[in-house]
Amino acid sequence: MSEATTSNARPRSDRARRRFEVGVLSVPALVMFIGFVILPVFMAAYYGFYKWKGFGKPNVNGTFVGLDNYRVILTDPSFQQALGHTLFIAVMSLVIQGPLAILFALLLNQKFKGRGLIRTLIFVPYVVSEVIVGTGWSLMLQPTGAVNAVLAKFGLHGVDWIANPKIAIWTLMFIISWKYIGFAVILMIAGMQAIPEELYEAARVDGAGFWRQQWSITLPLLGPTIRMWAFMSIIGSLQLFDLVYIIWGQYVASTAGTSTMATYMVREGRLANNYGYGSAVAVVIFVISLVIALSYQKFVLNRDLDGAVEGNRGGSGSKPRRKARIRGAAVERTAAAVEAADTMERTAVETIRKGARAAAAPLMAKELEA
Amino acid sequence: MSSATKDPYALKRSAKTPWGHPIVYVLSFILVLICVVPVLYIILGGFRTNSQITQDPAGLPNPWNVGNYLTVIASGTFWTELVNSLIVSVGTMVGVVILALMVSFVIARYRMRFGKVLYTLFSAGIMFPITVAITPLYLLLRNLHLINSQLGIILPQIAFGLPQAIIIMVPFLQSIPMELEEAAELDGCSRLGFFVRMVLPLSGPGVATIAILSFVASWNAYMLPLFLLNDSTKYTLPLGVQMFSSQHSVDTAQVLAFTSLSMIPALICFTIFQKKIVGGLAGAVKG
Repeated sequence: MSEATTSNARPRSDRARRRFEVGVLSVPALVMFIGFVILPVFMAAYYGFYKWKGFGKPNVNGTFVGLDNYRVILTDPSFQQALGHTLFIAVMSLVIQGPLAILFALLLNQKFKGRGLIRTLIFVPYVVSEVIVGTGWSLMLQPTGAVNAVLAKFGLHGVDWIANPKIAIWTLMFIISWKYIGFAVILMIAGMQAIPEELYEAARVDGAGFWRQQWSITLPLLGPTIRMWAFMSIIGSLQLFDLVYIIWGQYVASTAGTSTMATYMVREGRLANNYGYGSAVAVVIFVISLVIALSYQKFVLNRDLDGAVEGNRGGSGSKPRRKARIRGAAVERTAAAVEAADTMERTAVETIRKGARAAAAPLMAKELEA
Repeated sequence: MSSATKDPYALKRSAKTPWGHPIVYVLSFILVLICVVPVLYIILGGFRTNSQITQDPAGLPNPWNVGNYLTVIASGTFWTELVNSLIVSVGTMVGVVILALMVSFVIARYRMRFGKVLYTLFSAGIMFPITVAITPLYLLLRNLHLINSQLGIILPQIAFGLPQAIIIMVPFLQSIPMELEEAAELDGCSRLGFFVRMVLPLSGPGVATIAILSFVASWNAYMLPLFLLNDSTKYTLPLGVQMFSSQHSVDTAQVLAFTSLSMIPALICFTIFQKKIVGGLAGAVKG
């Protein structure tokens, strides 16, 4: 409102001033973002057309090979294996972590003493770095390590969890689930707390048991949260690098059957000094991720998320502020925390939505104008 | 919405948290064990000797032995890497917070189409993870002579941290009432003055969230330092842990001690983190 009046009063100087302020505030971040995030992706697309060792300029010191790098990548059996492992990891992460996370969230959403502490502790693996997780687990999973020692105490024969190609990928799946499930659980709990208590009460009045309530109320209403988490999980799986590289190293990963697209990229690009080829692999990973993300967005997220987000935004935005007003200044700090929590929750939804959609930025620009 | 009807009910319930069903405790206990035991194994393993570990890989320290920890603490390597990690993480954190605040202010408070374009652009960054950009990023930084320098890690980490931070910050800044800005304007406060005097103090919780997230992400970062640092005196702790464990592969106890010590700062940060985010996200909603 006030902007309109002020700009009427002194239009020219104010507009110039605003432009100046916007420039000062946004240019540094824009330069960083375009320079270090957007530009490298385009550089990869350019380098991908060359056979190049990384010194000098590709068009001087390298050879233009057109789409040859891409032909080699797509016909290379070890890339196909890596792609297979990556897709396997992406699917199995959903299959393993999803149901478990919902069950754990149901458990930790019960009211009981000590629940806060437990919620904190299950988040520990998520906060500890990949290097530490990798180092720790690879020590424990050695043939003479702690895991096999515990199994021996129960009279079981241990196996070589890491080097045996039949088992290694399942070992990796276990470590991934262990590391990332805490995040899924916290998201699910947040989703469950957004479900109105009245629904359960009504169901109880109608005589529905605990599991029936979860099946008919929690699960359907948790849908948006589940789909959102699944999206994040898929994107993460497609980029998986650290854990595999730390536990299996660059060469063992392919013989143990745990190589991923990213470890393939590093091995064939950086370590083999083939920067042109490595860049082409990066482009392939990017395109695969993009296609999967966009189709997920189109076929899974789009159907219901828009409505859910709008509803969520309207509801949760007003709640904490109203509460604050009712209870007065003494609770203001609590209200701020609630607001923060709400924002985080909303943000998570928005992140997914925007992230997925932003890839189709031109489309979106049109949408905004309309 | 439902809060008005739910509130009195919620108060009655939360007045006294009930003891749960025994099965709830048993299951939760198992869950916590699965999550925590591997981490405890690393910490406790550092208190054992190698012969203890060889004899019984899954045993407890007996007797307790602080020698491994003392050796690591006395070595210069650990402290150098700790300082390197601190420089990189704090640098990243400060950069992300400042730049994200500035851009989010434009997006949230200047009603311009440009703001929407900015928001779309930055949120697209979620789709550009560092894995995809790493090879050309390495070449770019080499051309800028930023290999083996902390700045070479900080700058890209800031850039890659911005999308998430902006997505978190914008709603915070949008929730500052417009009346406040009008009042400030009436009192002769310029827009930038409003930013410095009102927005910065009011956006505390949001700033804390993005600061902690970017600090922990940078503290744990592996791929970028792996590509950029060849000089082991510049190593950050994740690289240091990896180098240490390959150099001392026969000295398991020492590796475990080194690994546990490198966890401490992230775990300290995590205690703040869980209050702000785990507690906030999951617990505070029902007050």
